[in-house]
Amino acid sequence: MTNLAETGFAIHPMDQFIVKRFFCDAAHADCTTDIKWYEITNVTFWMAMTVIVIIALMVFGSRGRAIIPSRVQSIGELLYGFVYKTVEDVTGHEGVKYFPYIMTLFLFILFANLLGLLPMSFTTTSHVAVTVTLALLVFFGITLLGLVRKGPGFLAMFWITSAPLALRPVLAVIEVISYMMRPVSHSIRLAGNLLAGHAVLKVFAGFASMTVIMPVAVLGAVGIYALEVLVACVQAYVFTILTCVYLKDAVGDAHH
Amino acid sequence: MATEAHDAAGAAGQSVGMPQLDVSTWQNQIFWLVVALVVIYFVLRLVALPRIGAVLADRSSTITNDLAAAEELKQKALAAEKAYNAALDKARADAAAIVAAAKAEIQADLDKATAKADAEIAAKVAESESRIGEIRAGALESVTEVAKDTAKELVAALGGKADARSITAAVTAKLKG
Repeated sequence: MTNLAETGFAIHPMDQFIVKRFFCDAAHADCTTDIKWYEITNVTFWMAMTVIVIIALMVFGSRGRAIIPSRVQSIGELLYGFVYKTVEDVTGHEGVKYFPYIMTLFLFILFANLLGLLPMSFTTTSHVAVTVTLALLVFFGITLLGLVRKGPGFLAMFWITSAPLALRPVLAVIEVISYMMRPVSHSIRLAGNLLAGHAVLKVFAGFASMTVIMPVAVLGAVGIYALEVLVACVQAYVFTILTCVYLKDAVGDAHH
Repeated sequence: MATEAHDAAGAAGQSVGMPQLDVSTWQNQIFWLVVALVVIYFVLRLVALPRIGAVLADRSSTITNDLAAAEELKQKALAAEKAYNAALDKARADAAAIVAAAKAEIQADLDKATAKADAEIAAKVAESESRIGEIRAGALESVTEVAKDTAKELVAALGGKADARSITAAVTAKLKG
């Protein structure tokens, strides 16, 4: 595939998303077909990098347990305080119990997004399979949690008592549909943002090989890259705060 | 042409345009995602979050204690300032008293010295006056004497016979007049 790219002007913005075996020489073997679930792929590698970065930041960064924190420790503390405050503000005191899980989601998405911005890297969170899994874990987790904690009372969420009686069945149908749509929007938003940003970045980078428009393309790529750094952080935050909002339905007292 | 080549390569490598929609890789991705999430969750749950939470709690209690200590020290400083001001006021009052006492003592000494000087001056004046009186008396006596002698000589020169007693009486009468 690389040989073909060198033969002429060709931009393959989607090639960066191809899942392939990690220990594989593309010249001699087929690295992309028939991948088994247990095989080490570039997905495995970049997820491992994500885990390593998180451990480096949150565990090694805080190993001094310093009252006056080192730089790395203060970054970890900042993230901790930020997510903790978000969980507490959005879900209330009851939701704090589920803070470790939300912190896991936030850190995984944040660092997967940021690592994906390294040149030549692979963005695990640009894959629908990954984001759908994340969103479904949240969806089923919260639905089960709500049913366990509130029993059938959880379903009262769909029965809007403040509306006129005649409208309630209609509203209940709409509410159920919107509830079922949550994991879809939750996951597609994340994957779509990252996929589009990385593809655009790749297109700009491809145009940089044409001498005439090279300056425009390079400046454009730099601008898009800056935007993507913002998007990487904002999408991690959006995913987290939406998870908190959904969690509030399951653990909070008030419902809409 | 390049696009056709890419399509051919894509057909060889994988069947769909978007790698995201290649369902054959999903099980691999989902498996490793779950592994990663479980690892992150347990690392955070068991090590990182309790540790960072404890550090943050420690810090806030340290800050609270330090603020309390600072408040206490501030109160102490205020008390010390008050004591200092009181001591300063007392010292000022003492100094004023000492100054007044010294002034009174000096005044007394001065008065005594003045009185002594006055007395001495008075004594000197009295002495001088007596001496002046003496001199004046002496001078008057001399004048009488000279007048008597002169009168006697004048009487003698005019050919009269001087009667000492009458001349004396005449001179004395003239001098008085």
